[in-house]
Amino acid sequence: MKALDNFMQKIKPKADGKFPLAHAVWDGMYTFLFVPGHTNHNGVHIRDGIDLKRTMSMVVMALIPSLLFGIYNVGHQHFLAIGEVALGDNVCSMFWDKFIYGAIQVLPIVIVSYAVGLGIEFVFAAINRHPIQEGFLVSGMLIPLIMPVDVPLWMVAVATAFAVVIGKEVFGGTGMNVVNVALVARAFLFFAYPTKMSGDQVWISLGDGKAVDGFSGATPLGNAVEGGVNAIPSIMDSIIGFIPGSIGETSVIAIGLGALILIVTGIGSLRIMLSMCVGGFLTGLMFNSFGTSVYSQVPALHHLLLGGFAFGAVFMATDPVTASQTNTGKIIYGLFIGMMAILIRVANPAYPEGVMLAILLGNVFAPLIDNMVVSANIKKRLKRVKTA
Amino acid sequence: MSKEIKIRKGANIKLKGVAEKLYTNPVNVSEIVLRPSDFPTLIPKLMVKVGDKVKAGSPLFFDKENEKILFTSPISGEVVEINRAEKRRIVEVKVKADGQNAYESFKQADPSTLSREEILDNLLKSGVWPLVRQRPYDVIANPNDKPKAIIISALDTAPLAPDYGFIVHGQGDIFQMGLNALAKLTDGKVHLNINGNDNADEAYANAKNVQINKVVGPHPAGNVGIQAHHLCPVNKGEVVWVLRSLDVLTIGKLFKEGKFDASRTIAFAGSKVKSPKYVRTILGANISDIVKGNVEEGGRFISGNPLTGKQITENGHLGFYDYQLSVIPEGGNNQFFGWVAPGFDKFSLSRTFFSWLNPNKEYDLNTNMNGEERAFVVTGEYEKVFPMDIYPVYLVKAMITEDIDKMEQLGIYEVAPEDFALCEYACTSKIETQKIVREALNLVKKECS
Repeated sequence: MKALDNFMQKIKPKADGKFPLAHAVWDGMYTFLFVPGHTNHNGVHIRDGIDLKRTMSMVVMALIPSLLFGIYNVGHQHFLAIGEVALGDNVCSMFWDKFIYGAIQVLPIVIVSYAVGLGIEFVFAAINRHPIQEGFLVSGMLIPLIMPVDVPLWMVAVATAFAVVIGKEVFGGTGMNVVNVALVARAFLFFAYPTKMSGDQVWISLGDGKAVDGFSGATPLGNAVEGGVNAIPSIMDSIIGFIPGSIGETSVIAIGLGALILIVTGIGSLRIMLSMCVGGFLTGLMFNSFGTSVYSQVPALHHLLLGGFAFGAVFMATDPVTASQTNTGKIIYGLFIGMMAILIRVANPAYPEGVMLAILLGNVFAPLIDNMVVSANIKKRLKRVKTA
Repeated sequence: MSKEIKIRKGANIKLKGVAEKLYTNPVNVSEIVLRPSDFPTLIPKLMVKVGDKVKAGSPLFFDKENEKILFTSPISGEVVEINRAEKRRIVEVKVKADGQNAYESFKQADPSTLSREEILDNLLKSGVWPLVRQRPYDVIANPNDKPKAIIISALDTAPLAPDYGFIVHGQGDIFQMGLNALAKLTDGKVHLNINGNDNADEAYANAKNVQINKVVGPHPAGNVGIQAHHLCPVNKGEVVWVLRSLDVLTIGKLFKEGKFDASRTIAFAGSKVKSPKYVRTILGANISDIVKGNVEEGGRFISGNPLTGKQITENGHLGFYDYQLSVIPEGGNNQFFGWVAPGFDKFSLSRTFFSWLNPNKEYDLNTNMNGEERAFVVTGEYEKVFPMDIYPVYLVKAMITEDIDKMEQLGIYEVAPEDFALCEYACTSKIETQKIVREALNLVKKECS
């Protein structure tokens, strides 16, 4: 390791030299290989072992189960659609074929997302002469997981660039953005190229194959518009996740594994996850009791398992930069998103995927919620003066 | 009527090398230093020049803002150096011991028989007064104020901290003398806050003239500011005076013996100390006599605890308020893929290192930052270790933007940098929180007075 360290030090470009980009890239590489041995001088002499890189890599680790399952499911849906595996034959035949096919479809999206996003981050770091901040490590993994598999790679590139520049860098970079970067990418595509982001053509990669007769490639929520409640897969299917959908969102089990990692390490906010589920569940119950439309008849519990709800609750709503920051605020924020997600889903069949919009809306309201919570604290302090 | 303060938020950082409850062999004190920088916002005016002979209790400099506040020599000897920095700012005044132990004499009487003015006068003249600090601003108390209460913390929960009870043991009469003096200074209560988990030392248990409260919970439960928040929160325009129980001993000795006896017992602790024990020494003493032959190579010397203390050299001096000399390993080594290593030897308040599975382990932490400064991202960390009804992150943000109105609303009058030490420790983004708090307090003090 010493040799590597020496080598890296030898090729170190000057920070204020002719090529700031070279220094930014070097700095990014170096701090990736080594946690630099800076020591404390003012204030505390000892510091917690954690840093932002570790925090972010924990989240990426939590996303791995969803990614792996997503890859497999892409292949599974492909072979299901062209009729090479039978419905219900989830894991027995062609396991590796499915996995390899899925990897060929999914990994390019991941690579494009990281390459474009990190490229832009490096450029901005060079312009602003900042070190590279780690925020994009997570966004770069989230973006592929919330895309339909058939999305063209150039769209991923455009959406990522838009999200990083408009969603984040214009606000000042990592830690300063108002709305979740990955969701900005998805929302951008959703409104700019709606035909590639919804309907029944995009969720399954057919490749050169041809779909068998009578196969519907729509997501369960899309199906429900036409086929009614009966078209929705069973609770069991939506938990395990062999259904069409965005790459990473279908399996509640894989998402649950990620949630476990986030909760155990203390990085993801359990408050937000739970309160969002409670909000969604209660709203679902409410619609069940008097709703007549197809969506409102979906059982409340089932709502939480379908579409992007679980994925959004675990990985999107909990983004610490865009969520509420106070503990009380987090609960209100989670309830709000849960309610809005189901409300949008049920009340407006044009947007069966209400979770994305609900979280974006929640992000916008988060500072307001915090402001209410903090104002209450300020009022309490003022009252203390008067009574004293 | 006593209260129990239960602190739930916070964390004890268990470090290797806690001082054993034994005293080392007596250590010679060859010189002492008083550093004006130990007293935030102080502008000192010199009263001596190099070559002057002083006794213990002779003034060295005074506070320009309040000329009654004197800073006196802890030993008798000769002023040998006055070091200045840019703009002739005084960095330190050094006194070399002459070994004669001559003392200036001050009033010697039971404080219960004295008036408030006489007590104040005795404290100010002898140079004992700067031990009394105040909230707001965490500076030396202004003797012209009438505090609504005086709060004394009899426990220190910081890492490697001395056991105050062990030091106070057997000095109950002196301690009581100090309490009597303090009781005369306020119309409100004097609170003595003791560790609710231990059997209180008899010096504490028998204390009179005070309200004894029990404090339980993890660090920063021992911080006076935290205790003040739970007993009598400081509102705008109010003042609370705060001390540690060891400071009360010095006050007691002043009235019992009529002299400024600056001797104190410190904990000499840390993993780089060969046998961590308690040392009898003097305020501001040069540490070279203490550490010589007793520490291993590669340590960092800290006057105070590793969270709030000041880095000093092997030949440096103890701070005015410090009852602790910590020596911990100096960092500086790069860690290959450190951000993804499992980290059994790293202590973290998050559970991202496997070390959380072993909560009782003692750690040997070095001075590495373990990362680089970043934008503020992770939320909820500060709140977990900040046991006040205050939103620490919002307060810190108001401090960074120098928004005084907002700081007032969010409770700046109650906080001190030391209360944020654990926040700074836990900060994923490696922000220098204590520095921000100190600068904000200085700003508000300047603007509001």
